[in-house]
Amino acid sequence: MTTTTTATSDAATSTTSTPLLSVRDLTMTFPGRRARSAPVRAVDGIDFEVAAGETLGLVGESGCGKSTTGRMIVRLLEPTAGSVSYDGRDITHLSQRELKPLRRDLQMVFQDPHSSLNPRQTVARIISDPLMVQGSSAAEARKRAVELMDLVGLIPEHIDRYPHEFSGGQAQRIGIARSLATSPRLVVADEPVSALDVSVQAQIVNLMERLQRELGLAYLFIAHDLSVVKRVCDRVAVMYLGRIVEIGVKERVYAAPAHPYTRALLSAVPLPDPAAERARERITLLGDPPSPAAPPPGCTFHPRCPKAQEICRTEAPLLRIASPGEARQVACHFPEAA
Amino acid sequence: MGDPAPLLSVRDLTVTFPTKRGPVRAVDSLAFDVRPGRTLGIVGESGSGKSVTSLAVMGLHTDAEVTGSVALGGRELIGMSDRELNGLRGRRMAMIFQDPLSSLHPYYTVGEQIAEHHRFHFGSRRAAARERAVEALGEVGIPEPRRRAGEYPHQFSGGMRQRVMIAMALSCEPDLLIADEPTTALDVTVQAQILELIARIQQERGLAVVMITHDLGVVARVAHDVLVMYGGRAAEHAPVDSLFAAPAHPYTRGLLDSLPRLDDDDDAPLRAIPGSPPSLLDPAPGCAFAPRCPRAAAGSEEERARCSGERPLLVGPEGHPAACHFPAFPAYEGVAS
Repeated sequence: MTTTTTATSDAATSTTSTPLLSVRDLTMTFPGRRARSAPVRAVDGIDFEVAAGETLGLVGESGCGKSTTGRMIVRLLEPTAGSVSYDGRDITHLSQRELKPLRRDLQMVFQDPHSSLNPRQTVARIISDPLMVQGSSAAEARKRAVELMDLVGLIPEHIDRYPHEFSGGQAQRIGIARSLATSPRLVVADEPVSALDVSVQAQIVNLMERLQRELGLAYLFIAHDLSVVKRVCDRVAVMYLGRIVEIGVKERVYAAPAHPYTRALLSAVPLPDPAAERARERITLLGDPPSPAAPPPGCTFHPRCPKAQEICRTEAPLLRIASPGEARQVACHFPEAA
Repeated sequence: MGDPAPLLSVRDLTVTFPTKRGPVRAVDSLAFDVRPGRTLGIVGESGSGKSVTSLAVMGLHTDAEVTGSVALGGRELIGMSDRELNGLRGRRMAMIFQDPLSSLHPYYTVGEQIAEHHRFHFGSRRAAARERAVEALGEVGIPEPRRRAGEYPHQFSGGMRQRVMIAMALSCEPDLLIADEPTTALDVTVQAQILELIARIQQERGLAVVMITHDLGVVARVAHDVLVMYGGRAAEHAPVDSLFAAPAHPYTRGLLDSLPRLDDDDDAPLRAIPGSPPSLLDPAPGCAFAPRCPRAAAGSEEERARCSGERPLLVGPEGHPAACHFPAFPAYEGVAS
């Protein structure tokens, strides 16, 4: 299927220039916990690209490999196979020392703001550390930290306080300020709002959107909350059991999901509208997501799929163009007609 | 309307914790009713007092001062001895929690745990209780219930564990189920299954349900009536349709406006509520929401002073009161309830 491979490179990006980030056949296999238990294939050969200034959402349920993917991209985890290219350069096998200059460009924001900030360091230290690592003087770094606090909506006078003196939302602003210290071009944000109260989530979403506009950032936005992802992303990739099952521009994926899993996922999200909830037809999936240690044969979604046929049990579907003239790709033998 | 009498009737419920920095009033003068076959959704953010309320109804606070009245089927629970409460907890009222793994004993099979629960309340024989446990697991949709009854909690997935908790909670056929964030730790497809299960059992048995959650989508899906809590107090109390169609309290309005939604365009920025939920350690004398409230901020100096200085009472139209000095009560008569 040569057509499939050429289609892949067209569809996975929204522009034709070199993508900022390009991931090819990325795979992560963890050894089994005990000597004889099977290895766990957490991420199973995924491909995608992120263009400069855009947001790609990576969604899926627990255990689908979305966080592992994020961690491999910033090299907190070493991929078992495949490659990560940044700005056209393969960075998969760079040593940590070779990686250091790239760390300016590639930053990460974590889910739990408090546990990702050192409780014994002041905000000044937390935000300026990445700059000092990159060779700034202490005075320069502190000056930049003050600017960054202002940028993310914190009161710069609080620069000598400790993380516990801040609320969850404010602490996440510190995490974001730290990630922006070195003026990165790509920020991998792993569930950046899911630990926050509803009324505070919107503040952080708005902040991330504003920063993207002002600084031209690209985001890889990893989340399980489909409403938040719809809000912030340009394109979205849906993962199931270590693979991408659907990827495309947000408008198409949300309005006309082509993969049965995407459809079920969207229909499971409760809408804050009682009348719409009553009127809605829901697809309820049976069972739980299977364990990545023992993935089902064929299409890994087939045991829960309302449309599964014989071929689904034996043959894994490839990610390919869903309908002609559209960049969206889907890995299903029987995709929904668009 | 010909409604049946409330099964659970809570009046003036106040829960105060002694702390090193003085007493903290986590729940303040709360009142609500739940009728058989109905679901009350209690919504709030962290520190709003929603979980403290549910534990107070179950009589599970050991170090807090609980005052007011909690009546279940006409019997007053506040001041009741532990012995009497033990006879009611699990039997007439049951509770499920966010994290089923921490509510199940890791050393006993799930069948043994459900059976023991049954033996405690009915004094049934071991074999009969065991049969009942298998039956209960089947009723909540666990495949091969007889085999699974012999397995330990760690052998179940998150969704299946929550089913086990529901099986245990319902095995003695209680009249009231309190569900405290029962699906928060679950994936969205599994959440849908659990919410459907609770709704089905409610219909079959006429169960009264209190659903505690931070998720307005879950409330819209399952609740008949909604109590919105903020800073330990009721902010607004209404039938679900009125609440979503015509929120009267600026906090409820703010929550709804700040949600990213699947059924909306994404171009306008989200209308976030500024600031963070209040600390209960040092409550303001006036409305707890006043420091974040757009209505208060837009008011005259006199109005602002009222919001920050005078505590609003929960008052308003029949069936839809709000604790706000300047509530947005529109002509909402047209809304079906």
